Amino acid sequence: MLKVNDINVYYGNIHALKGVSLDIRPGEIVTLIGANGAGKSTLLKTISGLLKPKTGKILFEDEHVAGKVPQLIVKRGISHVPEGRRVFANMSVEENLELGAFLRKDKRGIREDFEKVYQLFPRLHERRKQLSGTLSGGEQQMLAMGRALMARPRLLLLDEPSMGLAPLLVKTIFRIIEEINQTGTTILLVEQNANMALSVANRAYVIETGKIVAAGTAAELGESDQIRKAYLGGH
Amino acid sequence: MEQFIQQLVNGISLGSIYALIALGYTMVYGIVKLINFAHGDVFMVGAFIGFYSITFFHLGLFPALLISMTACAIFGVLIERIAYKPLRNATRIAALITAIGVSLFIEYGTIYIRGAQPEAYPSGIAPLKSIEIFGVKISGQSLLILAVSFFLMIVLQFIVHKTKIGKAMRAVSHDMDAAKLMGINVNNTISATFAIGSALAGAAGVIFGMYYTKIEPLMGIIPGLKAFVAAVLGGIGIIPGAMAGGLLLGVIEALVSAAGFSLWRDGVAFVVLILILIFRPAGLFGKNVREKV
Repeated sequence: MLKVNDINVYYGNIHALKGVSLDIRPGEIVTLIGANGAGKSTLLKTISGLLKPKTGKILFEDEHVAGKVPQLIVKRGISHVPEGRRVFANMSVEENLELGAFLRKDKRGIREDFEKVYQLFPRLHERRKQLSGTLSGGEQQMLAMGRALMARPRLLLLDEPSMGLAPLLVKTIFRIIEEINQTGTTILLVEQNANMALSVANRAYVIETGKIVAAGTAAELGESDQIRKAYLGGH
Repeated sequence: MEQFIQQLVNGISLGSIYALIALGYTMVYGIVKLINFAHGDVFMVGAFIGFYSITFFHLGLFPALLISMTACAIFGVLIERIAYKPLRNATRIAALITAIGVSLFIEYGTIYIRGAQPEAYPSGIAPLKSIEIFGVKISGQSLLILAVSFFLMIVLQFIVHKTKIGKAMRAVSHDMDAAKLMGINVNNTISATFAIGSALAGAAGVIFGMYYTKIEPLMGIIPGLKAFVAAVLGGIGIIPGAMAGGLLLGVIEALVSAAGFSLWRDGVAFVVLILILIFRPAGLFGKNVREKV
Protein backbone atom coordinates (compact mmCIF):
# COMPACT_ATOMS: atom_id res chain seq x y z
CA MET A 1 0.00 0.00 0.00
CA LEU A 2 2.74 2.41 1.02
CA LYS A 3 6.30 1.88 -0.11
CA VAL A 4 8.99 4.19 1.15
CA ASN A 5 12.12 3.57 -0.85
CA ASP A 6 15.54 4.79 0.27
CA ILE A 7 14.57 8.38 1.17
CA ASN A 8 17.01 11.00 2.39
CA VAL A 9 15.69 14.05 4.24
CA TYR A 10 17.67 17.04 5.44
CA TYR A 11 16.99 19.93 7.79
CA GLY A 12 19.45 22.40 6.37
CA ASN A 13 22.75 20.59 6.84
CA ILE A 14 21.44 17.99 9.19
CA HIS A 15 20.91 14.63 7.57
CA ALA A 16 17.74 13.52 9.38
CA LEU A 17 16.72 10.42 7.43
CA LYS A 18 19.47 8.33 5.90
CA GLY A 19 18.16 6.02 3.22
CA VAL A 20 15.02 4.93 5.03
CA SER A 21 12.81 2.30 3.42
CA LEU A 22 9.65 0.73 4.70
CA ASP A 23 6.65 -1.05 3.43
CA ILE A 24 3.06 -1.14 4.64
CA ARG A 25 0.45 -3.60 3.42
CA PRO A 26 -3.28 -2.89 3.35
CA GLY A 27 -5.07 -3.50 6.63
CA GLU A 28 -1.96 -3.61 8.79
CA ILE A 29 -0.94 -1.74 11.88
CA VAL A 30 2.74 -1.02 11.49
CA THR A 31 4.63 0.68 14.25
CA LEU A 32 7.80 2.66 14.11
CA ILE A 33 9.66 2.79 17.39
CA GLY A 34 12.75 4.68 18.34
CA ALA A 35 14.20 7.19 20.78
CA ASN A 36 13.70 10.92 20.81
CA GLY A 37 15.22 12.54 17.75
CA ALA A 38 15.67 9.28 15.87
CA GLY A 39 13.66 10.61 12.93
CA LYS A 40 10.21 9.13 13.56
CA SER A 41 8.26 12.36 13.19
CA THR A 42 10.45 13.40 10.27
CA LEU A 43 9.45 10.26 8.42
CA LEU A 44 5.75 10.90 9.01
CA LYS A 45 6.09 14.52 7.93
CA THR A 46 7.83 13.42 4.77
CA ILE A 47 5.08 10.93 3.96
CA SER A 48 2.36 13.54 4.50
CA GLY A 49 4.20 16.13 2.42
CA LEU A 50 5.19 18.65 5.09
CA LEU A 51 8.83 17.85 4.29
CA LYS A 52 10.33 17.02 0.94
CA PRO A 53 12.88 14.23 0.62
CA LYS A 54 16.06 15.14 -1.21
CA THR A 55 16.24 11.73 -2.84
CA GLY A 56 14.20 8.55 -2.78
CA LYS A 57 10.70 7.46 -3.68
CA ILE A 58 7.42 7.19 -1.84
CA LEU A 59 4.72 5.16 -3.52
CA PHE A 60 1.17 5.16 -2.22
CA GLU A 61 -1.06 2.66 -3.99
CA ASP A 62 1.47 2.64 -6.84
CA GLU A 63 1.45 6.41 -7.25
CA HIS A 64 4.48 8.61 -6.65
CA VAL A 65 3.77 10.99 -3.79
CA ALA A 66 7.24 12.03 -2.61
CA GLY A 67 7.58 15.80 -2.62
CA LYS A 68 3.91 16.39 -3.42
CA VAL A 69 2.05 19.06 -1.43
CA PRO A 70 0.08 17.85 1.63
CA GLN A 71 -3.18 18.85 -0.03
CA LEU A 72 -2.71 16.26 -2.78
CA ILE A 73 -1.57 13.60 -0.34
CA VAL A 74 -4.64 14.08 1.88
CA LYS A 75 -6.76 13.80 -1.24
CA ARG A 76 -5.06 10.51 -2.17
CA GLY A 77 -6.09 9.07 1.19
CA ILE A 78 -3.33 9.63 3.75
CA SER A 79 -4.17 11.54 6.94
CA HIS A 80 -1.60 12.56 9.50
CA VAL A 81 -2.35 13.09 13.19
CA PRO A 82 0.61 15.22 14.19
CA GLU A 83 2.65 15.01 17.37
CA GLY A 84 1.22 17.20 20.11
CA ARG A 85 -2.27 16.92 18.55
CA ARG A 86 -2.23 20.43 17.04
CA VAL A 87 -5.98 20.97 17.28
CA PHE A 88 -7.29 24.40 16.28
CA ALA A 89 -7.68 25.67 19.82
CA ASN A 90 -9.63 28.77 18.82
CA MET A 91 -12.36 26.73 17.17
CA SER A 92 -15.07 24.43 18.45
CA VAL A 93 -14.81 20.67 18.34
CA GLU A 94 -17.36 20.63 15.54
CA GLU A 95 -15.42 23.16 13.47
CA ASN A 96 -12.24 21.16 13.92
CA LEU A 97 -13.98 18.09 12.57
CA GLU A 98 -15.41 20.10 9.69
CA LEU A 99 -11.90 21.19 8.76
CA GLY A 100 -10.88 17.56 8.71
CA ALA A 101 -13.32 17.11 5.83
CA PHE A 102 -12.04 20.24 4.10
CA LEU A 103 -11.40 18.64 0.72
CA ARG A 104 -14.63 16.66 0.58
CA LYS A 105 -17.76 17.79 -1.16
CA ASP A 106 -20.13 14.87 -0.42
CA LYS A 107 -22.35 16.43 2.24
CA ARG A 108 -24.14 13.18 3.04
CA GLY A 109 -20.92 11.28 3.49
CA ILE A 110 -19.55 14.01 5.73
CA ARG A 111 -22.65 13.85 7.91
CA GLU A 112 -22.28 10.07 8.18
CA ASP A 113 -18.65 10.45 9.18
CA PHE A 114 -19.58 12.96 11.86
CA GLU A 115 -21.85 10.26 13.30
CA LYS A 116 -19.08 7.66 13.06
CA VAL A 117 -16.55 9.88 14.78
CA TYR A 118 -19.01 10.76 17.53
CA GLN A 119 -19.73 7.06 17.97
CA LEU A 120 -16.05 6.29 18.26
CA PHE A 121 -15.48 9.21 20.64
CA PRO A 122 -18.69 9.95 22.57
CA ARG A 123 -16.77 12.54 24.58
CA LEU A 124 -16.40 14.68 21.46
CA HIS A 125 -20.15 14.62 20.93
CA GLU A 126 -20.73 15.88 24.45
CA ARG A 127 -18.30 18.71 23.87
CA ARG A 128 -19.01 19.48 20.24
CA LYS A 129 -19.80 23.17 20.87
CA GLN A 130 -16.85 23.70 23.18
CA LEU A 131 -13.65 25.44 22.07
CA SER A 132 -11.11 22.71 21.51
CA GLY A 133 -8.47 24.62 23.46
CA THR A 134 -10.48 23.95 26.62
CA LEU A 135 -10.39 20.16 26.20
CA SER A 136 -8.15 17.89 28.24
CA GLY A 137 -5.10 16.33 26.62
CA GLY A 138 -6.87 13.02 26.08
CA GLU A 139 -9.89 14.70 24.54
CA GLN A 140 -7.63 16.73 22.27
CA GLN A 141 -5.97 13.52 21.13
CA MET A 142 -9.39 12.07 20.36
CA LEU A 143 -10.27 15.23 18.46
CA ALA A 144 -7.05 15.13 16.45
CA MET A 145 -7.74 11.53 15.51
CA GLY A 146 -11.40 12.22 14.73
CA ARG A 147 -10.40 15.19 12.62
CA ALA A 148 -8.03 13.03 10.59
CA LEU A 149 -10.72 10.38 10.12
CA MET A 150 -13.07 13.01 8.67
CA ALA A 151 -10.96 12.92 5.52
CA ARG A 152 -11.83 9.19 5.15
CA PRO A 153 -8.20 8.13 4.92
CA ARG A 154 -7.14 4.70 3.78
CA LEU A 155 -3.83 5.17 5.60
CA LEU A 156 -3.69 6.91 8.97
CA LEU A 157 -0.37 8.22 10.32
CA LEU A 158 -0.38 8.56 14.10
CA ASP A 159 2.44 10.44 15.79
CA GLU A 160 2.83 9.68 19.51
CA PRO A 161 -0.87 9.37 20.34
CA SER A 162 -0.07 8.37 23.92
CA MET A 163 2.18 11.32 24.68
CA GLY A 164 1.43 12.94 28.01
CA LEU A 165 -1.67 10.88 28.73
CA ALA A 166 -2.55 8.99 31.90
CA PRO A 167 -2.09 5.20 31.64
CA LEU A 168 -5.81 4.51 31.62
CA LEU A 169 -6.35 6.93 28.75
CA VAL A 170 -3.45 5.43 26.86
CA LYS A 171 -5.28 2.10 27.01
CA THR A 172 -8.47 3.70 25.69
CA ILE A 173 -6.62 5.39 22.85
CA PHE A 174 -4.94 2.13 21.84
CA ARG A 175 -8.23 0.26 21.97
CA ILE A 176 -9.68 2.90 19.63
CA ILE A 177 -6.68 2.59 17.32
CA GLU A 178 -7.46 -1.11 17.00
CA GLU A 179 -11.12 -0.32 16.37
CA ILE A 180 -10.21 2.13 13.61
CA ASN A 181 -7.97 -0.51 12.08
CA GLN A 182 -10.77 -3.09 12.16
CA THR A 183 -12.96 -0.82 10.03
CA GLY A 184 -10.37 -1.18 7.29
CA THR A 185 -8.02 1.75 7.86
CA THR A 186 -4.35 0.92 7.59
CA ILE A 187 -2.25 2.51 10.32
CA LEU A 188 1.34 3.64 10.70
CA LEU A 189 1.91 4.27 14.37
CA VAL A 190 4.89 6.14 15.75
CA GLU A 191 5.44 5.60 19.46
CA GLN A 192 7.92 5.97 22.26
CA ASN A 193 5.75 3.70 24.32
CA ALA A 194 7.15 0.63 22.55
CA ASN A 195 5.38 -1.90 24.77
CA MET A 196 1.96 -0.58 23.93
CA ALA A 197 2.82 -0.09 20.28
CA LEU A 198 4.10 -3.65 19.85
CA SER A 199 1.02 -5.03 21.58
CA VAL A 200 -1.32 -3.70 18.90
CA ALA A 201 0.93 -3.80 15.82
CA ASN A 202 1.33 -6.53 13.21
CA ARG A 203 4.81 -5.48 12.25
CA ALA A 204 7.39 -3.04 13.52
CA TYR A 205 10.40 -1.05 12.41
CA VAL A 206 13.06 0.31 14.73
CA ILE A 207 14.70 3.57 13.79
CA GLU A 208 17.93 4.92 15.24
CA THR A 209 19.58 8.22 14.28
CA GLY A 210 17.84 8.34 10.93
CA LYS A 211 18.32 4.71 9.93
CA ILE A 212 16.08 1.67 10.13
CA VAL A 213 18.07 -0.77 12.29
CA ALA A 214 15.57 -3.58 12.73
CA ALA A 215 12.34 -4.79 11.21
CA GLY A 216 10.06 -7.74 11.75
CA THR A 217 6.75 -8.86 13.13
CA ALA A 218 5.75 -7.24 16.38
CA ALA A 219 6.12 -10.57 18.16
CA GLU A 220 9.67 -11.13 16.85
CA LEU A 221 10.85 -7.70 17.83
CA GLY A 222 9.15 -7.95 21.20
CA GLU A 223 11.26 -11.00 21.93
CA SER A 224 14.56 -9.73 20.59
CA ASP A 225 16.99 -9.12 23.44
CA GLN A 226 18.52 -6.11 21.85
CA ILE A 227 15.16 -4.39 21.34
CA ARG A 228 14.00 -5.28 24.83
CA LYS A 229 17.10 -3.73 26.29
CA ALA A 230 16.94 -0.55 24.27
CA TYR A 231 13.23 0.20 24.11
CA LEU A 232 11.19 -1.95 26.41
CA GLY A 233 12.98 -1.19 29.64
CA GLY A 234 13.78 -4.85 29.28
CA HIS A 235 15.26 -7.53 31.41
CA MET B 1 -24.37 68.07 25.61
CA GLU B 2 -25.71 68.32 22.08
CA GLN B 3 -22.28 69.19 20.78
CA PHE B 4 -20.78 66.34 22.71
CA ILE B 5 -23.08 63.86 21.04
CA GLN B 6 -22.38 65.33 17.64
CA GLN B 7 -18.66 64.97 18.25
CA LEU B 8 -19.22 61.46 19.44
CA VAL B 9 -21.02 60.59 16.21
CA ASN B 10 -18.24 62.22 14.17
CA GLY B 11 -15.72 60.23 16.15
CA ILE B 12 -17.56 56.99 15.57
CA SER B 13 -17.80 57.53 11.82
CA LEU B 14 -14.13 58.50 11.58
CA GLY B 15 -13.35 55.54 13.82
CA SER B 16 -15.26 53.17 11.61
CA ILE B 17 -12.98 54.20 8.72
CA TYR B 18 -9.95 53.44 10.90
CA ALA B 19 -11.57 50.16 11.81
CA LEU B 20 -11.99 49.15 8.18
CA ILE B 21 -8.31 49.80 7.51
CA ALA B 22 -7.24 48.21 10.79
CA LEU B 23 -9.04 45.00 9.85
CA GLY B 24 -6.69 44.52 6.91
CA TYR B 25 -3.63 45.03 9.12
CA THR B 26 -4.86 42.63 11.72
CA MET B 27 -6.03 39.88 9.34
CA VAL B 28 -2.75 39.90 7.46
CA TYR B 29 -0.77 39.92 10.69
CA GLY B 30 -2.89 37.08 12.04
CA ILE B 31 -2.05 34.88 9.11
CA VAL B 32 1.50 35.71 8.00
CA LYS B 33 2.78 37.64 11.06
CA LEU B 34 3.64 40.62 8.90
CA ILE B 35 2.75 44.26 9.52
CA ASN B 36 1.83 45.19 5.97
CA PHE B 37 2.91 48.83 5.94
CA ALA B 38 1.78 49.12 2.34
CA HIS B 39 -1.79 48.73 3.54
CA GLY B 40 -2.36 52.49 3.95
CA ASP B 41 -1.33 52.93 0.33
CA VAL B 42 -3.86 50.38 -0.83
CA PHE B 43 -6.37 52.60 0.96
CA MET B 44 -5.05 55.57 -1.05
CA VAL B 45 -5.29 53.65 -4.32
CA GLY B 46 -8.85 52.72 -3.39
CA ALA B 47 -9.71 56.39 -2.86
CA PHE B 48 -8.34 57.26 -6.30
CA ILE B 49 -10.07 54.40 -8.06
CA GLY B 50 -13.33 55.51 -6.46
CA PHE B 51 -12.62 59.09 -7.51
CA TYR B 52 -11.98 58.18 -11.14
CA SER B 53 -15.02 55.90 -11.26
CA ILE B 54 -17.19 58.79 -10.11
CA THR B 55 -15.67 61.60 -12.20
CA PHE B 56 -14.60 59.78 -15.40
CA PHE B 57 -17.24 57.11 -15.61
CA HIS B 58 -20.01 59.06 -13.87
CA LEU B 59 -20.87 56.20 -11.58
CA GLY B 60 -22.79 56.50 -8.36
CA LEU B 61 -21.28 55.99 -4.94
CA PHE B 62 -22.12 52.32 -4.58
CA PRO B 63 -20.87 51.15 -7.98
CA ALA B 64 -17.71 53.19 -7.35
CA LEU B 65 -17.36 51.51 -3.97
CA LEU B 66 -17.69 48.05 -5.54
CA ILE B 67 -15.19 48.78 -8.30
CA SER B 68 -12.71 50.20 -5.83
CA MET B 69 -13.06 47.17 -3.54
CA THR B 70 -12.60 44.72 -6.41
CA ALA B 71 -9.59 46.55 -7.83
CA CYS B 72 -7.97 46.83 -4.39
CA ALA B 73 -8.57 43.13 -3.73
CA ILE B 74 -6.67 42.27 -6.90
CA PHE B 75 -3.99 44.83 -6.07
CA GLY B 76 -3.56 43.38 -2.60
CA VAL B 77 -3.16 39.85 -3.97
CA LEU B 78 -0.58 41.08 -6.50
CA ILE B 79 1.41 42.80 -3.75
CA GLU B 80 1.40 39.60 -1.72
CA ARG B 81 2.36 37.33 -4.62
CA ILE B 82 5.11 39.59 -5.94
CA ALA B 83 6.62 41.13 -2.83
CA TYR B 84 5.83 39.01 0.22
CA LYS B 85 5.43 35.44 -0.95
CA PRO B 86 9.10 34.99 -1.90
CA LEU B 87 9.95 36.06 1.66
CA ARG B 88 7.57 33.70 3.43
CA ASN B 89 10.40 31.81 5.08
CA ALA B 90 12.72 34.79 5.48
CA THR B 91 13.23 36.66 8.73
CA ARG B 92 10.39 38.87 9.85
CA ILE B 93 12.51 41.99 9.63
CA ALA B 94 13.22 41.32 5.95
CA ALA B 95 9.50 41.13 5.23
CA LEU B 96 8.87 44.28 7.26
CA ILE B 97 11.51 46.24 5.35
CA THR B 98 10.00 44.96 2.10
CA ALA B 99 6.59 46.21 3.24
CA ILE B 100 8.02 49.69 3.79
CA GLY B 101 9.63 49.48 0.35
CA VAL B 102 6.33 48.47 -1.26
CA SER B 103 4.64 51.36 0.53
CA LEU B 104 7.12 53.92 -0.84
CA PHE B 105 6.92 52.32 -4.27
CA ILE B 106 3.13 52.70 -4.40
CA GLU B 107 3.21 56.27 -3.08
CA TYR B 108 5.82 57.55 -5.48
CA GLY B 109 4.62 55.32 -8.31
CA THR B 110 1.25 57.05 -8.02
CA ILE B 111 2.93 60.47 -8.05
CA TYR B 112 4.96 59.43 -11.10
CA ILE B 113 1.86 58.30 -12.98
CA ARG B 114 -0.57 61.07 -12.16
CA GLY B 115 1.41 63.78 -10.40
CA ALA B 116 1.29 64.90 -6.78
CA GLN B 117 -1.61 67.35 -7.08
CA PRO B 118 -4.60 66.63 -4.86
CA GLU B 119 -8.09 66.00 -6.16
CA ALA B 120 -11.40 67.06 -4.71
CA TYR B 121 -14.01 64.36 -4.32
CA PRO B 122 -17.17 65.54 -6.04
CA SER B 123 -19.77 66.72 -3.58
CA GLY B 124 -23.30 65.58 -4.03
CA ILE B 125 -22.60 61.89 -4.30
CA ALA B 126 -23.56 61.46 -0.68
CA PRO B 127 -26.63 62.78 1.09
CA LEU B 128 -25.87 66.24 2.43
CA LYS B 129 -28.99 66.62 4.46
CA SER B 130 -28.69 66.30 8.17
CA ILE B 131 -31.05 64.26 10.22
CA GLU B 132 -32.29 65.25 13.61
CA ILE B 133 -32.44 62.55 16.20
CA PHE B 134 -33.58 63.58 19.69
CA GLY B 135 -32.67 67.16 18.93
CA VAL B 136 -29.15 66.26 17.83
CA LYS B 137 -28.22 67.04 14.24
CA ILE B 138 -26.33 64.23 12.61
CA SER B 139 -24.99 64.63 9.10
CA GLY B 140 -26.26 62.21 6.49
CA GLN B 141 -22.67 61.55 5.51
CA SER B 142 -21.72 60.30 8.94
CA LEU B 143 -24.70 58.00 8.93
CA LEU B 144 -23.84 56.70 5.48
CA ILE B 145 -20.25 56.00 6.53
CA LEU B 146 -21.48 54.21 9.61
CA ALA B 147 -23.94 52.15 7.63
CA VAL B 148 -21.40 51.14 4.99
CA SER B 149 -18.68 50.22 7.45
CA PHE B 150 -20.93 48.31 9.79
CA PHE B 151 -22.42 46.43 6.88
CA LEU B 152 -18.94 45.47 5.68
CA MET B 153 -17.89 44.39 9.17
CA ILE B 154 -20.94 42.15 9.46
CA VAL B 155 -20.17 40.63 6.06
CA LEU B 156 -16.60 40.05 7.23
CA GLN B 157 -17.75 38.32 10.42
CA PHE B 158 -19.98 36.12 8.30
CA ILE B 159 -17.14 35.23 5.94
CA VAL B 160 -14.69 34.48 8.73
CA HIS B 161 -17.05 32.36 10.84
CA LYS B 162 -19.46 30.72 8.45
CA THR B 163 -17.73 30.12 5.13
CA LYS B 164 -15.18 27.52 4.18
CA ILE B 165 -12.56 30.07 3.21
CA GLY B 166 -13.09 31.89 6.52
CA LYS B 167 -12.57 28.69 8.47
CA ALA B 168 -9.48 27.98 6.41
CA MET B 169 -8.19 31.47 7.26
CA ARG B 170 -8.67 30.90 10.97
CA ALA B 171 -7.03 27.48 10.74
CA VAL B 172 -3.99 28.79 8.86
CA SER B 173 -3.59 31.69 11.26
CA HIS B 174 -3.67 29.33 14.22
CA ASP B 175 -1.35 26.62 12.93
CA MET B 176 -0.08 26.62 9.37
CA ASP B 177 1.25 23.06 9.30
CA ALA B 178 -1.85 21.57 10.88
CA ALA B 179 -3.93 23.47 8.33
CA LYS B 180 -1.85 21.94 5.53
CA LEU B 181 -2.56 18.49 6.94
CA MET B 182 -6.30 19.20 6.58
CA GLY B 183 -5.69 19.69 2.88
CA ILE B 184 -6.03 23.47 3.08
CA ASN B 185 -4.17 25.30 0.33
CA VAL B 186 -2.19 27.77 2.42
CA ASN B 187 -1.14 29.99 -0.50
CA ASN B 188 -4.71 30.50 -1.66
CA THR B 189 -5.86 31.16 1.87
CA ILE B 190 -3.20 33.83 2.36
CA SER B 191 -4.17 35.41 -0.97
CA ALA B 192 -7.82 35.45 0.10
CA THR B 193 -6.84 37.20 3.32
CA PHE B 194 -4.95 39.89 1.41
CA ALA B 195 -7.87 40.24 -1.01
CA ILE B 196 -10.44 40.73 1.74
CA GLY B 197 -8.26 43.09 3.78
CA SER B 198 -7.41 45.17 0.71
CA ALA B 199 -11.05 45.34 -0.40
CA LEU B 200 -11.95 46.76 3.01
CA ALA B 201 -9.14 49.32 2.67
CA GLY B 202 -10.48 50.24 -0.79
CA ALA B 203 -13.94 50.81 0.65
CA ALA B 204 -12.43 52.89 3.44
CA GLY B 205 -10.59 54.96 0.81
CA VAL B 206 -13.79 55.83 -1.02
CA ILE B 207 -15.76 56.81 2.08
CA PHE B 208 -12.76 58.70 3.44
CA GLY B 209 -12.62 60.69 0.17
CA MET B 210 -16.31 61.38 0.42
CA TYR B 211 -15.95 62.56 4.02
CA TYR B 212 -12.81 64.70 3.75
CA THR B 213 -13.25 65.54 0.03
CA LYS B 214 -9.49 65.98 -0.51
CA ILE B 215 -7.39 63.05 -1.71
CA GLU B 216 -3.72 62.92 -2.71
CA PRO B 217 -1.04 60.26 -3.21
CA LEU B 218 0.39 60.52 0.31
CA MET B 219 -2.99 60.50 2.03
CA GLY B 220 -2.57 56.88 3.11
CA ILE B 221 0.33 57.46 5.46
CA ILE B 222 -1.40 59.01 8.47
CA PRO B 223 -4.67 57.04 8.36
CA GLY B 224 -2.58 53.93 7.71
CA LEU B 225 -0.46 54.54 10.80
CA LYS B 226 -3.51 55.35 12.88
CA ALA B 227 -5.24 52.20 11.72
CA PHE B 228 -2.10 50.31 12.71
CA VAL B 229 -2.38 51.90 16.17
CA ALA B 230 -6.04 50.87 16.22
CA ALA B 231 -5.10 47.29 15.38
CA VAL B 232 -2.48 47.20 18.14
CA LEU B 233 -4.90 48.86 20.55
CA GLY B 234 -7.48 46.13 19.98
CA GLY B 235 -4.87 43.37 19.96
CA ILE B 236 -3.07 42.65 16.71
CA GLY B 237 -4.39 39.58 14.94
CA ILE B 238 -7.80 39.79 16.62
CA ILE B 239 -10.63 40.83 14.29
CA PRO B 240 -13.14 42.20 16.83
CA GLY B 241 -10.17 43.97 18.44
CA ALA B 242 -9.47 45.91 15.25
CA MET B 243 -13.09 47.00 15.05
CA ALA B 244 -13.19 48.16 18.65
CA GLY B 245 -9.72 49.72 18.45
CA GLY B 246 -10.66 51.73 15.37
CA LEU B 247 -13.88 53.03 16.86
CA LEU B 248 -12.21 53.87 20.15
CA LEU B 249 -9.38 55.73 18.45
CA GLY B 250 -11.85 57.75 16.34
CA VAL B 251 -13.83 58.72 19.41
CA ILE B 252 -10.69 59.68 21.35
CA GLU B 253 -9.59 61.90 18.48
CA ALA B 254 -12.96 63.57 18.13
CA LEU B 255 -13.14 64.24 21.86
CA VAL B 256 -9.62 65.67 21.89
CA SER B 257 -10.59 68.11 19.14
CA ALA B 258 -13.88 68.88 20.85
CA ALA B 259 -12.00 69.74 24.01
CA GLY B 260 -10.16 72.41 22.04
CA PHE B 261 -6.91 70.61 21.32
CA SER B 262 -7.54 69.96 17.65
CA LEU B 263 -3.86 70.49 16.83
CA TRP B 264 -3.09 67.48 19.02
CA ARG B 265 -5.43 65.22 17.09
CA ASP B 266 -2.82 63.34 15.12
CA GLY B 267 -0.44 63.10 18.05
CA VAL B 268 -2.97 61.52 20.33
CA ALA B 269 -3.07 58.29 18.34
CA PHE B 270 0.61 57.75 19.01
CA VAL B 271 0.25 58.59 22.69
CA VAL B 272 -2.35 55.83 22.72
CA LEU B 273 0.13 53.49 21.01
CA ILE B 274 2.83 54.22 23.57
CA LEU B 275 0.44 53.77 26.49
CA ILE B 276 -0.93 50.49 25.18
CA LEU B 277 2.55 49.12 24.53
CA ILE B 278 3.61 50.00 28.06
CA PHE B 279 0.53 48.87 29.96
CA ARG B 280 -1.17 46.24 27.84
CA PRO B 281 1.06 45.14 24.99
CA ALA B 282 -1.28 42.31 23.96
CA GLY B 283 -4.02 44.89 23.30
CA LEU B 284 -7.47 45.33 24.80
CA PHE B 285 -8.82 42.05 23.43
CA GLY B 286 -5.55 40.14 23.56
CA LYS B 287 -4.66 37.47 26.04
CA ASN B 288 -1.18 36.92 27.21
CA VAL B 289 -0.70 33.62 25.49
CA ARG B 290 1.70 31.31 27.13
CA GLU B 291 3.17 28.80 24.75
CA LYS B 292 2.06 25.30 25.58
CA VAL B 293 4.80 22.75 25.17
